[in-house]
Amino acid sequence: MAEKRLMYGNHAVVEGVIAAGCRFFAGYPITPQNEIPELMSIRMNAIGGVFIQTESEIAAINMLFGAAAAGKRAMTSSSSPGISLMQEGISYIAGADMPVLVVNVIRGGPGLGNIAPAQSDYYQATRGGGHGDYFTITLAPNSGQDLFEFPKLAFELAEKYRNPALILADGLLGQMMEPVEFSYEPIDPKSLPEKEWALSGCKNRERRVVRSYDLKPGKLEEWNWRRLKKYEAIKKNEQRFEAIDCDDADLVVVAYGTCSRVSGAAVRMARVKGLKVGLLRPITLWPFPTDVLRDMSQRVENFLVVEMSCGQMIDDVKLATECRSKIHFHGRPGGGVPTPPEVFTKIEQALGGGR
Amino acid sequence: MKKIFGRPDGLTDTLLRYCPGCGHGIVHRIIGDLLVTLNIRERAVGIAPVGCSVFADEYFNCDMIQPPHGRGPAVSTGIKRSRPDCIVFSYQGDGDLAAIGTAEIIHAGARNENITIIFINNAIFGMTGGQLAPTTLPGMKSTTSVQGRDIEKQGYPIKVCELLSGLDGPYYLERCAVDTPKNIIKTEKAIKTAFKNQIDNKGFSMVEILSMCPTGWGKTPIQAKKWITDVMAQYYPLGVFCDRSKEEK
Ligand SMILES: Cc1ncc(C[n+]2csc(CCOP(=O)(O)OP(=O)(O)O)c2C)c(N)n1
Ligand code: SF4
Repeated sequence: MAEKRLMYGNHAVVEGVIAAGCRFFAGYPITPQNEIPELMSIRMNAIGGVFIQTESEIAAINMLFGAAAAGKRAMTSSSSPGISLMQEGISYIAGADMPVLVVNVIRGGPGLGNIAPAQSDYYQATRGGGHGDYFTITLAPNSGQDLFEFPKLAFELAEKYRNPALILADGLLGQMMEPVEFSYEPIDPKSLPEKEWALSGCKNRERRVVRSYDLKPGKLEEWNWRRLKKYEAIKKNEQRFEAIDCDDADLVVVAYGTCSRVSGAAVRMARVKGLKVGLLRPITLWPFPTDVLRDMSQRVENFLVVEMSCGQMIDDVKLATECRSKIHFHGRPGGGVPTPPEVFTKIEQALGGGR
Repeated sequence: MKKIFGRPDGLTDTLLRYCPGCGHGIVHRIIGDLLVTLNIRERAVGIAPVGCSVFADEYFNCDMIQPPHGRGPAVSTGIKRSRPDCIVFSYQGDGDLAAIGTAEIIHAGARNENITIIFINNAIFGMTGGQLAPTTLPGMKSTTSVQGRDIEKQGYPIKVCELLSGLDGPYYLERCAVDTPKNIIKTEKAIKTAFKNQIDNKGFSMVEILSMCPTGWGKTPIQAKKWITDVMAQYYPLGVFCDRSKEEK
């Protein structure tokens, strides 16, 4: 059996990134993700990887741009304000079709906000985040196990589509201790195939250029339309979700990350009370699992969206359900975390019961 | 017929779109030559800045990348640490390096990253139309200092070689100019040293080059050359600011 360890979510990310064959980390400290660079500095040192504590998140994301362009798996982690600083770089990376992994352990915002868990960077993550027409593949873990496994998935998707990938966690997932199974054989970076687009010196081949600009009339438009095709393929092939007890449900709670754990408990309370309630947990936030929600909305009358924000993912639920169902909402912005009884009360209210 | 002068293999067969009398072309030629004579073209990765020389990614005949404005040293770091066998050079203007990218150049220097920086100081933002640069001289006119740089309101220029030589990190810092044939030969020598330092794993090497921008300065090419000799090089003295190979002997 694979090794199992009790560990912090933030530490599970580090082990997951290394097991995924990544040997390049650059980042700048920020709470609540400091355990990632701290452990990373020790682990990268031990295995001969690159660890750079940068002067800013701007430098970090641009070091990733360089490392990715050189054909290597590269990652950074930060929390909300730092991710905002990276947006110009992420836009360039998306514009140059380069794969990188960015982990955002979200905290309360806007501004300096606080260091409590939040999901208020949903729009930023799923709408590109920086300037220009682009999207980033966005994964939402809800356990230590996911935090270990998603880096590998994120790199695979990022490389398959040549696009930046994000893992969207929150302070609670990062700081929580859970058993984590080291569920796959660590990848030896040397076993990863050389990229046919990587910068490595032009010996025995044509020179290569990595860039996001084209000033020739019409070229950039062409380029954007081509990239749109890639996005449509991602939307078609990569929608991921988990559906629990949805088949007979009168109401489906839609929640990701920490909120999906809390809502799962609330759904179990509802089932004990005999209420037909299910949980849909988006795993990919972009591409959003639109198809399953569209299908569900043919028969499910009520959806309850639970988020640690003023309501951001709710827009995607509304778009997917195309006005067929009633969409209820329970949100806790600014670092608030909903409790299972709180969500249960909302379920009862939405179903016309309760007080 | 024997060919005695031509375009070096280090440059692509493309028309350079710089203004007549611009210093960028001279420095491109030097780098293009050195890529060949140092036999590093096939393992070189160049970084083109945001500025008039953004098109350097078309001009240098080697692998190239074009990052965000000012972030060349960070991107260079990412490439060099990932592929230590590559020869990585970042070509940057004064807006790119000394305004928006100040943090990246200082910290790359402090870390003594084993990279080569070619820094074109033309005391102006060329590409965006001749605005004030961090290196614009006191009293010098630009499109955002039409009466001349007022140090009361717009502060003093940044002398990058002097600034970086206050750090323990950098291995080699030299300021040159391309106003005269003699100075062009010196510039070539300095850039050669900066590349050789990287080849020998010595660390961070930067060559600052005082370079003509006749368009941004409102001067003819001849006047621009003379202005470097008479004015700019007086404010920004030429010479070696740091050479740690001297300490090694
Ligand atoms: C983030 C960002 N801010 C501003 C610009 C606009 N911009 C393009 S080039 C430039 C200045 C370039 O000046 P310099 O680095 O001195 O190079 P030169 O054109 O003189 O060679 C500016 C401000 C940009 N592209 N990106
Ligand atoms: S504007 Fe100045 S720096 Fe730019 S190409 Fe013309 S002369 Fe050269």
